[in-house]
Amino acid sequence: MICIVDYGVGNIQAFLNLFKRLGVEARRVDNAEALSDKDRLVLPGVGHVDHAMQRLNDSGMRPKLEELVMGAKVPVVGICVGMQMLAQGSDEGVLPGLNWVPGRVRAFATQPKSADLPMPHMGWNNLQPRAHSKLFSKGFEDAPQFYFLHSYFFDAEDKQDVAATANYGLDFDAVVSRGHIHGIQCHPEKSHHWGEQLLKNFVEL
Amino acid sequence: MLRPRIIPCLLVHKGGLVKTQQFKDPKYVGDPINAVRIFNEKEADELMVLDIDATVNKMSPDFALIAKLAAECRMPLCYGGGVTTAEQAARIVDMGVEKVAVSAAAVANPSLLTEMAAAVGRQSVVAVLDVRKHSGLFTAGYELCTHNGKLVHKLDPVAFTKQLQDAGAGEIVINSIDRDGLMQGYDLELATQFKQALKVPLTFLGGAGSLDHMSDLVSNLGVVGAAAGSLFVFKGKYRAVLINYPTPERKIKLCREALNH
Repeated sequence: MICIVDYGVGNIQAFLNLFKRLGVEARRVDNAEALSDKDRLVLPGVGHVDHAMQRLNDSGMRPKLEELVMGAKVPVVGICVGMQMLAQGSDEGVLPGLNWVPGRVRAFATQPKSADLPMPHMGWNNLQPRAHSKLFSKGFEDAPQFYFLHSYFFDAEDKQDVAATANYGLDFDAVVSRGHIHGIQCHPEKSHHWGEQLLKNFVEL
Repeated sequence: MLRPRIIPCLLVHKGGLVKTQQFKDPKYVGDPINAVRIFNEKEADELMVLDIDATVNKMSPDFALIAKLAAECRMPLCYGGGVTTAEQAARIVDMGVEKVAVSAAAVANPSLLTEMAAAVGRQSVVAVLDVRKHSGLFTAGYELCTHNGKLVHKLDPVAFTKQLQDAGAGEIVINSIDRDGLMQGYDLELATQFKQALKVPLTFLGGAGSLDHMSDLVSNLGVVGAAAGSLFVFKGKYRAVLINYPTPERKIKLCREALNH
């Protein structure tokens, strides 16, 4: 079953609605006891990355999540700030990230190619999926467009982990997949049929 | 490539949706949830819902309505109306709303935007500025209004908006009172003044009567949000109520042509 990790940050309801439309069973979980290795995990997130990390650390779920993801190899997808939390750390904050996907989160504002663009990067942008990406293996015959709303981006250390890039002044890693661990910077829950397809592909991996 | 956003803006008044002209004469155009469902089907870029009663009636946001809107909405949603605290903004974001708009409360106290940005992140903080042309004996220009145009503030709109940007707004919506509901095109002069001065994403509202008007806005200003009320709720010169939105193909064509790509 799909399990949406509710640590007090992010749009849980939008994900529940989307999975309901897909006919996929999903539930909200806010405590470690309710997590199981039969699940597929969705880690949402919005706002400041330190705020999100702090809430996750305080939720009591982090050790169990580490055990499931790093030990039992339970599939997980981090979305928006949830993706940024997968990194080692972020230029936005001081707290260390989960370090599940090697990489660092950087600010568009410090990159020469994007520093002069309006910030945040807000609106609909194309994704350029990598040919090998399983997340994009089905249903993306038309150029995928997704809704973005962020000022920081994931910079994967191992570029083999990049599943799709997008361009905002520079090409950045918009979707990453490292084995069973995935991260999506844009908002599939608000990206119409493209978003539904992407999460459907995650469920069917 | 990032493309311009084409945004229906819905006004809530006495529980129903209305459309005004120059902020007056609200005309009933339907049920909010039903409208959201239609815009879902049409895959609208984003939706803006503004409760025009809350601030003037000194009421809190209608959280029950917001929860229903958020649960139904499959596109990014911006809600505004009656928000006066960072706690309210956090509660709205937790319900699944991407962006929270403030107007009167931010004009009265710009540091509210700083508090909201700390609570929900700058990307979810939107300042809406209602602007009207004025011509005095010695001055001519634009004035900043709140409370549905009834309260005029002695502030330079562009300079003050810059202050709101620095305080924590992640997006600014400029709403032209003069053009509201007239469907004769955006005030491009007004839009240009703001575009030159600001660095956050901008959305313009007020005046769009056709997709060509949106195209004009984009070819003059680049990648901005083009919002409209009347255009997406009325059809024909008799303003028959009909919720509508361009097809994905039409929308992409508009963006490409306007940006010359």
